[in-house]
Amino acid sequence: MVRGWPMHLEIVARGERSKLWTYLSPVLAIVLTLVTAAILFLLLGKDPMTALKVMWLDPLLTKRGFAELFVKGAPLVLIAVGLALGFRANVWNIGAEGQFIMGAIFASGVALAFHDVTAWPVWLAMIPAGILGGAFWGAIPAFLKLRFNANEILTSLMLTYVATLILLYLVVGPWKDPEGYGFPQSRMFGDSANSPRVIPGTRIHVGVFAALAVVGIGWFVLSKSLLGFKLKVLGHAPRAAAYAGFSTGQLTWLSLLVGGGLAGLAGMFEVAGPIGQLTPALPTGYGFTAIIVAFLGRLHPVGVLFGGLVLALSYLGGEKAQILLGLPAAVTKINQGILLFYLLACDLFIRYRLRLVVPGRKAA
Amino acid sequence: MDSAILVSILLSIVSASTPLLLAATGELVTERSGLLNLGVEGMMLVGSVVGFAVTYSTGSALLGVVAAALGGAAMALVFSFLTLTLLANQVATGLALTIFGIGLAAMMGAGFVGHPVPKLPGLHIPGLSELPVVGPLLFGQDALVYFSFLALFGTTWFLFHTHGGLVLRAVGDSHDAAHAIGYPVIRIRYAAALFGGAMSGLAGAYLSLSYTPMWAEDMTAGRGWIALALVVFATWRPGRLLLGAYLFGGITILQFHVQTLGIGVPAQLVSMLPYLATIVVLCIISTDRGRIRLNAPACLGRPFHAAG
Amino acid sequence: MLIKRRSFTKGLGLGLAAGALPLLGRTASASDFKAGYIYVGPIGDHGWSYQHDQGRLAADKALGITSTYVEKVPEGADAERVIRELAETGHGIIFTTSFGFMDPTLKVARDYPEVKFEHATGYKRADNLATYNIRFYEARYIQGVIAGRMSKSGVVGYIGSIPIPEVIMGMNAFILGMRSVNPQGRIKQVFINSWYDPGKEADAAKALLDQGADIIAQHTDSPAPLQVAEERGLKGFGQASDMIKFAPNAQLTSAVDFWDGYYTERTKAAMEGTWQSHDVWGGLKSGMLHMAPYLNMPDDVKQMAMAAEADIRDGKLTIFKGPINAQDGSPKVAAGETLDDGAIAGMDWLAEGVEGDLPN
Repeated sequence: MVRGWPMHLEIVARGERSKLWTYLSPVLAIVLTLVTAAILFLLLGKDPMTALKVMWLDPLLTKRGFAELFVKGAPLVLIAVGLALGFRANVWNIGAEGQFIMGAIFASGVALAFHDVTAWPVWLAMIPAGILGGAFWGAIPAFLKLRFNANEILTSLMLTYVATLILLYLVVGPWKDPEGYGFPQSRMFGDSANSPRVIPGTRIHVGVFAALAVVGIGWFVLSKSLLGFKLKVLGHAPRAAAYAGFSTGQLTWLSLLVGGGLAGLAGMFEVAGPIGQLTPALPTGYGFTAIIVAFLGRLHPVGVLFGGLVLALSYLGGEKAQILLGLPAAVTKINQGILLFYLLACDLFIRYRLRLVVPGRKAA
Repeated sequence: MDSAILVSILLSIVSASTPLLLAATGELVTERSGLLNLGVEGMMLVGSVVGFAVTYSTGSALLGVVAAALGGAAMALVFSFLTLTLLANQVATGLALTIFGIGLAAMMGAGFVGHPVPKLPGLHIPGLSELPVVGPLLFGQDALVYFSFLALFGTTWFLFHTHGGLVLRAVGDSHDAAHAIGYPVIRIRYAAALFGGAMSGLAGAYLSLSYTPMWAEDMTAGRGWIALALVVFATWRPGRLLLGAYLFGGITILQFHVQTLGIGVPAQLVSMLPYLATIVVLCIISTDRGRIRLNAPACLGRPFHAAG
Repeated sequence: MLIKRRSFTKGLGLGLAAGALPLLGRTASASDFKAGYIYVGPIGDHGWSYQHDQGRLAADKALGITSTYVEKVPEGADAERVIRELAETGHGIIFTTSFGFMDPTLKVARDYPEVKFEHATGYKRADNLATYNIRFYEARYIQGVIAGRMSKSGVVGYIGSIPIPEVIMGMNAFILGMRSVNPQGRIKQVFINSWYDPGKEADAAKALLDQGADIIAQHTDSPAPLQVAEERGLKGFGQASDMIKFAPNAQLTSAVDFWDGYYTERTKAAMEGTWQSHDVWGGLKSGMLHMAPYLNMPDDVKQMAMAAEADIRDGKLTIFKGPINAQDGSPKVAAGETLDDGAIAGMDWLAEGVEGDLPN
């Protein structure tokens, strides 16, 4: 404790987590973000009210825009639910991006092998293929960790680069579209390999519902099952795996297979839905952004859903701001960063409160 | 192979490895104090643009390099305030710092795209610098290359041979115990984070002032992530960091030479070599379980709040 | 081809007076016509996206309008949303400036028949979707001619990004130009698997120079390889823009993408209602491709380069004209035969003199 400071604020631990602040802290964060962003816009010579409306409200005002929120958020949520499980178990999979790519590659393999088959089972078969691809890529760090004690932070990250290069090799080499004039992408999948669109006039596809279902399952597992109970124990006392009845091996396999599988599933939905072919442009950083989403959601599936949607909104709003306000992408990135800073910082109030300390007066 | 080519290849490896070594040394110290800052890429980008902008505007590379270190440290200060004072989650805050840094660097650098600056001057010692092979390698590098080694050896000495280093490691291994003894856990972590930020800033400056003396958006192209991985590779030991940075940099350069040999392996697959080699070597050196455990800071990534 | 910079309102007034314009819809005056551009990279990349943005700014200035751009748009699922957003918000013409935007552009174009779309470097067209590209390979041939005379080792180091036809035709044009003056000329190539990574581009340049090349050619975006050539006292060629500032003693010339005229002309056509879909692949003659000044070379080499440039411009020189041998020496294009645009656009083979492999 620093003594002799003038009047200042002190952070004091609460006895237990504040229920109220669990819900209030994101609200406070959003208010702070809006105020900060308004000042930033003022400095950039834009009308702050208009700018805020464009960035945070406009994307939600049309049916299509609202749908896009879910299209953009779905892969983030799918991946983050899996990652949250792993992070609770202290397994640091930061290579979800690579697992996402491998899921897409495996699923594309199925789609390309049966591209002249018009029956819907092609699409169905792509689902397990995607999960398998992601889980396979997640299994490698798990194996290396258990067999060679190799830290999964490094192996999963390095494998992301390897997956990117495999993807590139496939689309410039063996899987290149024979009718594609030599461009680096696979042929377009047949209609049978595309996720059914659910709501006409939007890009909402089955993957969006899969993400919601995974959130539901995740919530059920976490709050109603023994596994969930054990994971919660782990969350409170990170090194207590043994007491919770887990071996490191089980936790590592579980985390990386589930995390990888869900990332792979997200990759499958991305190629089978909005993109419709395998291209080198597939990786756009979902796997990394999902790490933020997992923590924004406080490693809870329902929280992850909200975290994913908030981040998706920040991307959509960023595009709007570029189009309608002429702001460069840099400003939208800065805004996104500020939003995340506030969201993360305001969680402080769940476990702590502020106390005003006035020198000379005894603190209560 | 004649010696001129060998020297030239070795010089390329030094350039490719130096930014990794600089950033990773800083992150290693940060992590040793128990703080996990995944925002290296963002701090490097800010360092690269600040270093370039100041050098370009003032004509002084020295000022540029100092400013880059300050820029990186300023980014680390944001991180530290959020994670140490406001106890925000370290992993997520670090990633958010990278997003913020990409945007901030792009905004600051908008006016500096498309301009060259003179490359950082190399050392020149008459007589020594002209020696065959060792001359250009040992006596012809620029200041940041020497500094990367100096910082590494300095870090080793500090961490393992000084009282300060002992305290820093104690804070990383058990912040509660360190606090109980009376060490200022938060202040030590702030210092470690600022050092890490400054080193990332210097790594960025090396990119924009020496490696490729120019500035363009996103020019770090993922090197911050590699630096992070290298700290893990090194199992938090500076000596292994040197091995890791030069292994990665070396194979990055060699894969281009392999490509020109025309051995019939597609370039995309040859380009995997640095990543695969890093994994393989990590597996080999990690097999001895006990030693790794001793090195990983036990409090890495965990928040600390002194009760009362 | 370049229209003169004049007040658009004046031009429009004349057009209306002459009754030459069909119904203009909402594009009643210059100031409320909106053009939209999407870029794959940041405009601060000083390469591909930067040059497109220079073209946008020139078109805006010439036509007195303010256009919209969206930068760093991923080529995956996000592109369709951004393009749709531009169409939805009243943009009369939309330029999508990267190959990966092809299918999303087509999808959106189908839904907005009244909006004009322009996709760079692709091959899918519609009544309201035109394609445009530059014959960059013409510049590469001239560079080859220069390299053939300037290289002492007879080996050029060529930095490739990703092995697509664009890059392959460039390499082949280069070696054809080079061998037209030095039949022993060779290209050593390295692919960095990225369009943009200054550090790796520099590393690749160093590796190629260490392998005996004494001139660097690049099909990546940054000036880093030229800086390496400058530092080593060797020569090289710029890409996308004139990079002479980065390598005052090394840059021989540069292939400059010049979108200004095209963007001005097409936007103007959309404003006036005369826009029609087409497929433009413009080279030196069209003004879409410029050669930066020929510097750092003896006068006779410069004369030779200028002659090659003039011949290509006038159509006297056809680059992909037989006999051309494939990499293994087997005849690929028979004497007297000329490759048509389709064969050039889909090029997937390397010509004799280029070393290294392509994946297949």
